[in-house]
Amino acid sequence: MDALEILFTASLWAAAIRIASPLIFGTLGELICERAGVLNLGIEGIMTAGAFAGWLTVFLGGDLWLGVIVAAAVGAMFGLLHGVLVVPLGLSQHVTGIGVTMLATSLSYYSYRLAFPEVTSPPKVEPFQPLKIPLLSDIPVLGEALFQQTPLTYLAFVMVAVVGWFLYRTPAGLAVRTVGESPAAAEAQGINVVAVRICAVMAGSALMGIGGSFITLSAFNSFFFEMTNGRGWICIALVVFGSWRPGKALLGAILFGLFDAYQLRLQQLAGAVVPYQVFLMLPFVLSITALIVMSRRVAYPRALMVPYRKGER
Amino acid sequence: MRLEPRTQQSIALQVMMPVAALAFAMVVCAVLVMFSGASPLQVFGLMLKGSLGSQFALLETLTRATPLIFTGLAAAVAFRAKLWNIGGEAQLYIGAVMTVVCGTGLLPLPAPILIPVLMIVAMLGGALVLSVPTFLKTRFGVDEVVTTLLFNFIALLLVSMLLEGVLKDPMGLGWPQSKKVIADAQLPRLITGKRLHAGFVVAVLAALVIWIIDRKSALGYEMRAVGHNAKAAAFAGIPVNRVLAKTALLSGGLAGLAGWSEVTGLKGNLTLDLSPGFGYAGIVVAMLALLHPVGVIAAAIFVAAVFVGADAMSRTAGVPSYIAQVMVAVSLLSMVTALMLTRYRLRWR
Repeated sequence: MDALEILFTASLWAAAIRIASPLIFGTLGELICERAGVLNLGIEGIMTAGAFAGWLTVFLGGDLWLGVIVAAAVGAMFGLLHGVLVVPLGLSQHVTGIGVTMLATSLSYYSYRLAFPEVTSPPKVEPFQPLKIPLLSDIPVLGEALFQQTPLTYLAFVMVAVVGWFLYRTPAGLAVRTVGESPAAAEAQGINVVAVRICAVMAGSALMGIGGSFITLSAFNSFFFEMTNGRGWICIALVVFGSWRPGKALLGAILFGLFDAYQLRLQQLAGAVVPYQVFLMLPFVLSITALIVMSRRVAYPRALMVPYRKGER
Repeated sequence: MRLEPRTQQSIALQVMMPVAALAFAMVVCAVLVMFSGASPLQVFGLMLKGSLGSQFALLETLTRATPLIFTGLAAAVAFRAKLWNIGGEAQLYIGAVMTVVCGTGLLPLPAPILIPVLMIVAMLGGALVLSVPTFLKTRFGVDEVVTTLLFNFIALLLVSMLLEGVLKDPMGLGWPQSKKVIADAQLPRLITGKRLHAGFVVAVLAALVIWIIDRKSALGYEMRAVGHNAKAAAFAGIPVNRVLAKTALLSGGLAGLAGWSEVTGLKGNLTLDLSPGFGYAGIVVAMLALLHPVGVIAAAIFVAAVFVGADAMSRTAGVPSYIAQVMVAVSLLSMVTALMLTRYRLRWR
């Protein structure tokens, strides 16, 4: 099979969607935070914490969906911490975010080691199984790529629509967008800027947690150290790439997944000639390239990273 | 709840707040330790003993502090100018790569010349790595936080590739490691038979140099001006982009020196585990030091003591050594909060 033929295989597209799923959750989560004017660099750690908490819940006998809910709750909790520190206290969003990532990551690792002091191979759980959608999954190529995925992947696609509807069609979504563009104007309309921002960060962080749980409950079946492996940072790049719009962010995540799935297959094809590390580097290089390409036309939320204090200009 | 600027900050408040922040971190960790069934007091005692309690422990802490001083300075210099360099890890590794490339026999120079030459190439390597995100920031407006973070992953993969390729030691029994640097490149030990090396002295001197640059030179003034308010600095005629470029060279170079000192002072060669997150820990060091170059030395020793102490403690008490990372992370968050509270008063309304 040559490099071009691979592009037309259903398994490539199925893998692309699978790889994109946690990124879709993470990107949507970051998008909500940033739309409300808060950069959340806690994402990398929150995804790790979600991956761990979700997995642990299932390992301890909980239902898979309970695991997802716990992951979301843990995400929201770290979101609350980040929100309180950067919104009412107005701390540097960069430093706080890095701190939240460090805290969430180290807490997950500490708890993992506490629960499993001496394990040679990581304990496993029974992960989500692919759910074939009747009729639709029989469509050639498209069916296998889109409609034979695990339930969490379908949830990711549903969430894109939900977030889009929420941001553009509900009063609460308008409030979120307003506090991210012009908090003073929001205040004048009687919107509680602090409350809206904290809630947005919590909701976004919950989505990041679910994205993390996809890694342990759907893509793999156990928890490893370093398993988030920069996915959170890539989500931040994808938000910029998607111009802070849910639909475009979805497109970006799928493009990214496609690229990643493709490089995995090229690696098998050209592994003998090109070192495998080159292929592993490509996603990160691609993210940086995307940032450069999009930099000219980004229209980022105007109050992003600007702390709001009542009565101050 | 709202914040109100304090009209005057008493000395007592300025001293108490950081102390309270560190105490808070201790309390959080004490609670976590209790989950493991161990006694927090005993655990903290073991950590203190394992990090500062004997000559061996103290020297080990200073050895671990050496790269942290460099990466802490790198972060402090950059953060002063509001250049968010989160890529210390990448700059450290590329500094180490440059050291290994030039120090394993390529340049057969005597030690008094070779050591400074290696320092320069390591600094150039680190500086180059940070220059790219800085250029992207000033030229295209790409946020440097994300790019420097992504560079960390790229750099580590690059090192992995080099260690399995051109830099691989043919005598390394197949392990991905480089050849040892030649004897003339190695830094002398400060005490014979102990691990503490001359890199520590260089790190302390670097902190003093940065302090002088910060306080006495035009560049230091410009960097602070850009950090406080880039628009106002530009209006006052300071070439903001050029200052940021110089900051990047300085910051990246300092992080590169961390790689240099670890290779030539401690490990002798380059491996994939040269840095257990020194680049990231440098950010914490810088923040704990309130971005003050001399404070970085103290903060680096504190963070190193936490890590060295936790390693020693976990061997005897069975509490996972990841507690050190939790303590460092909580210290970072509580310290920035405490700083805010020394400048502002919380008003409940």
